[in-house]
Amino acid sequence: MPTLLLPMPLRPYADNQRAVQVKGRTVREALQDLVDQYPRLKPHLFNGEGRLQPYIHVFLNGEDVRSLQGVDTPLEENAELRILPSIAGG
Amino acid sequence: MHPTPSTLTMQAPAREVGIAATVGRTPLIPLRHLARDLPPGVEVWAKAEWFNPSGSVKARPAWNILRTALAAGRLRGKRLLDATSGNMGIAYATFGAALGVPVTLTLPANASPERLAMLRALGAELILTDPLEGTDGAIEEARRLAEAHPDRYCYVDQYNNPANWQAHYLTTGPEILQQTEGRITRFVAGVGTSGTLMGTGRYLREHLPDVVILAVQPDGPMHGLEGLKHMPTALRPGIYDPTFPDGVIEVPTQAAYAMVRRLAREEGLFVGPSSGAAAWAALQVASQLREGVVVTIFPDGGDRYLSAPFWEEDA
Repeated sequence: MPTLLLPMPLRPYADNQRAVQVKGRTVREALQDLVDQYPRLKPHLFNGEGRLQPYIHVFLNGEDVRSLQGVDTPLEENAELRILPSIAGG
Repeated sequence: MHPTPSTLTMQAPAREVGIAATVGRTPLIPLRHLARDLPPGVEVWAKAEWFNPSGSVKARPAWNILRTALAAGRLRGKRLLDATSGNMGIAYATFGAALGVPVTLTLPANASPERLAMLRALGAELILTDPLEGTDGAIEEARRLAEAHPDRYCYVDQYNNPANWQAHYLTTGPEILQQTEGRITRFVAGVGTSGTLMGTGRYLREHLPDVVILAVQPDGPMHGLEGLKHMPTALRPGIYDPTFPDGVIEVPTQAAYAMVRRLAREEGLFVGPSSGAAAWAALQVASQLREGVVVTIFPDGGDRYLSAPFWEEDA
């Protein structure tokens, strides 16, 4: 089952967890399962049309999935996805 | 070669401190086209902080922090250490190079490639931290290093160092008062460490008790406004007093990105996303006035973000 690692600002919306096990054969399905498990995450990740916010970066094995096949990028069973925040003040 | 402490003033002579002598005295530029639908008595001005050495507003606090640490003898035989999101580090590295002070920085590994390249070019030692932990993770790493190696590092801690906001009290505030000839009625500034807001705001409020001070922050914990902090979900800087501003304006990332594009194409101001957020907030404030002079801060230029996707319309 793929693992999704959450950045610090999103953890309060996911019971303060850093890593969440998700179901899905693509990045899209994995993110959908994440927000099904923790619905309070949804407005922070997706816009009103259900598209991933352009400033949310999802990395698979060190690569931004936008440089792969976007949210249609296929996932291995033991894939590790990371959602990265922008860099805050200072 | 370190200058003698008596010459380490905020505006020290160039023969003593080199490029650090050019900090501040940045232009104040009116938003002529973006503000054209406002009533004739309402003006919006932006302080063009990318004119500073090192290319950002951070020249002011970096120089004030460095000079006060040098004057107090705290840097003798040690490296200057701090956590940064990029601009502060570039400013430390610039003045550190000019004054012979070695610089070590902790910053998240997902800092933009432009920033990392600049820091390396200026000779800073970089310790990259886990991007998942964000800037707060870089702060924790700096604290850990300072505790583990007190003889090696002088941790100057921009988030809790009063020399940060005092830099703006000494320079940004007086410059704005003079450049507006005392006419400023609203001061609007983004918060990262909050030094700009707190220092400039304190100076302006002392001299113009009726001035309204407004803080700008992202509208949520996940945002694309590099350099700004969403205070409710971040480590709160010790220098930030949440009771100080008269109000807080929350800016959606997409609105700030759209404003960045408009500033470039309609005003010829090629700036970064925190400037877009500042302009959006300042124009919101101005739209509610019948008369007044709104001043905001544009922290840096757009060239640091050329690899970012927001220059395209659909970003």
